[in-house]
Amino acid sequence: MAETTPQLEPSGLPQAQVAGKRRSSFSLVWIVPLIAVLIGAWLAWKTISEKGPTFVIHFKTAEGLEAGKTKIKYKSVDVGIVESIELSRDRSTVLVNARLEKYAESYLVADSRFWVVRARITGATVQGLGTLLSGAYIGMDVGKSKQATRIFTGLEDQPIVTADVPGRHFVLKSPVLGSFSLGSPVYFRKIAVGEVESYELDKDGKGVTIRIFVRAPHDQYVNTATRFWEASGVDVKLDASGVSVETESLAAIVIGGIAFQTRGDATAEPAAEDAEFRLFRNRAAALAHRDVVTTPFAFVFKESLRGLSVGAPVDFRGIVVGEITDIRPLYADGQVYMVAFADVYPERMAGRQIGGSARERLGLTRQQSVDLLVKDGLRAQLRTGSLITGQLYIALDFFKDSAPAQVAWNDKPPRFPTVEGALTGIEENIAQITKKIAALPIEAIGNDTKRVLETLDATLKTIDVAVKQIDAKVTPELRDSLVDLRRTLAEVDRVLAQDSPLQDELRSALREVSRAAASLRVLTDYLEQHPDSVIRGKPEDKP
Amino acid sequence: MTAPTAAGYGLVACHVCELVTRAPRGGAEGVCPRCGAQLHSRKPNAVARTWALLIAAAILYLPANIEPVMITSSFLGTQSDTILSGVAYLYHSGSWPLAVLVFAASILVPLLKLIALSYLAASVQSRSRANLLQRTRLYRVLEFVGRWSMLDVFVVMVLAALVNMGSLANIQAGRGAMFFGGVVVLTMLASMSFDPRMIWDATREENG
Repeated sequence: MAETTPQLEPSGLPQAQVAGKRRSSFSLVWIVPLIAVLIGAWLAWKTISEKGPTFVIHFKTAEGLEAGKTKIKYKSVDVGIVESIELSRDRSTVLVNARLEKYAESYLVADSRFWVVRARITGATVQGLGTLLSGAYIGMDVGKSKQATRIFTGLEDQPIVTADVPGRHFVLKSPVLGSFSLGSPVYFRKIAVGEVESYELDKDGKGVTIRIFVRAPHDQYVNTATRFWEASGVDVKLDASGVSVETESLAAIVIGGIAFQTRGDATAEPAAEDAEFRLFRNRAAALAHRDVVTTPFAFVFKESLRGLSVGAPVDFRGIVVGEITDIRPLYADGQVYMVAFADVYPERMAGRQIGGSARERLGLTRQQSVDLLVKDGLRAQLRTGSLITGQLYIALDFFKDSAPAQVAWNDKPPRFPTVEGALTGIEENIAQITKKIAALPIEAIGNDTKRVLETLDATLKTIDVAVKQIDAKVTPELRDSLVDLRRTLAEVDRVLAQDSPLQDELRSALREVSRAAASLRVLTDYLEQHPDSVIRGKPEDKP
Repeated sequence: MTAPTAAGYGLVACHVCELVTRAPRGGAEGVCPRCGAQLHSRKPNAVARTWALLIAAAILYLPANIEPVMITSSFLGTQSDTILSGVAYLYHSGSWPLAVLVFAASILVPLLKLIALSYLAASVQSRSRANLLQRTRLYRVLEFVGRWSMLDVFVVMVLAALVNMGSLANIQAGRGAMFFGGVVVLTMLASMSFDPRMIWDATREENG
């Protein structure tokens, strides 16, 4: 190796120039890792600072939920994600650990609600169709509470109304739950203005409490005088006024609903939040009960009250002024009477005149005015509302000829005078007719008829025999005669024919006769001119 | 044993015009008398540069693997995948050869490159004379393999450009892809700035 060294040092090699002292590149290259550190630090800071709060939701099932994939959405905006899903220690619930975005931290308050949104078809609505493709997600409704919490219990169903929808909740009490369900609409003048939010059995088990929500601005129509009724399905009613079918809408037939109506009463105050109302079975019941003044009466009848049902109307010339509440028999003086108890709304009978009702003008009490009317002949009478159904109702009307009577105000409830129904008369007539029919000697008539029929039968048989005889004996001879007759006629026909000998002879005979007649004419002419020839004879012709 | 080197004789070749000159005495910086380019017998600050770039690459290696590389959004939802989740998906869906390939190219190779370059830089710094030949071979392999790590980034970029069907399906490159590209580029730069001759310099200084 040492030998080669001189060859590598040729003398002709140029000498490199000495450069000025450069600035050191040492510090420059270290900028690169510095930038990398900055980026890393920024990323780390961002990740940590953006990390939102974690919380736990208890669900009954984790159906459709997936750790790391299932989103939490508020108003369809992603606000978080499910991080892990595990079972609770006692295996009764599923614990869903989720994380919200940083900005959504304030959403985790005590009354915030979570539920799993899946595709669902309920009655008239279809929800969450998008989840069929994208998978279920957890819906969220932010509450109004200020109290923060990290543990929630998930709802099984999507809440009907979210907390931020303006409106008011009301409570309805009903003896039974109608044929509506969660989310069923609440109608006002057939417009859906709210939803049935929840229902539950009362603690004592004697009724049902239903919570409904009426959206603003329609909630202003709910006031203290508002009546709620079930608009569920089809309400077919068969009563004294015939068949009536009532329904709120096609959707209501399917999913049921609740309707309400408010009287145009300006004095009624708007109902407060969570105000309690009674839920009536139907519209008629709801609106009938708005009568403030109710006077109970008892109507005592001798006749059967079959066909008169509780709820049947008390009618005054077409105005329903009351309603039967109860029917009971009454045993008195060895006789059975039927008593119909009714609530009568006297306000409905008040004459509407300018300046108030007649009663007010006369300054009478209600009792006095009733007495006055009864004195004029106002009586109660059972009448048939419909001949087909046999429904009865109690009619109030004036019977001028009726025996004087009074309202027994001392009875409880007061007894209203009645007259025998028109129906009773008809029944009597029918009974008489029936009796007469029964008295007819139907058996004797029957026997006679039988005898006549037997004779007729014998006669007919004789006729039958005679006809048969005629058929056997007379008919052949008749046929022979007819053959003879036909032959004779043929003969005549031949004789009378144009070329028959008879015709010919007749013609020549006639010719002879006409010639004879001509000779006779010549003779008579001659005799006229020579009458003497009869004596002298014909003179000889002169040559 | 001492091998003769240009540096040992005080000679320097210009990188630009290939003129061989005598290096200035006293270790001062020289300039090529013909073309005026900077002269240096070894890459300047090679070890420091390598270290700097390696540290930067190592820092970026973390977000490259944590951040999503590819964001797939379709009408079924949005899904973001990191390199590891992609490997896991491939493995679970049955195509384990592909999973191995992606794992090797995208996770193992960059990591090994970082470790190997660190080892080389450290060994040069400590003037180690062990495994000289093996270390040189290792460097050659690193140079060759390094660029293939960009495969992932290419795939993501091609997909992002191709799959762009509005709301139906859409693929976007995630932040992880950027960091991953950064890692690959920085390790390539680091291996470039490393001067393999310095591995052998240890032998000269020991004897000379």
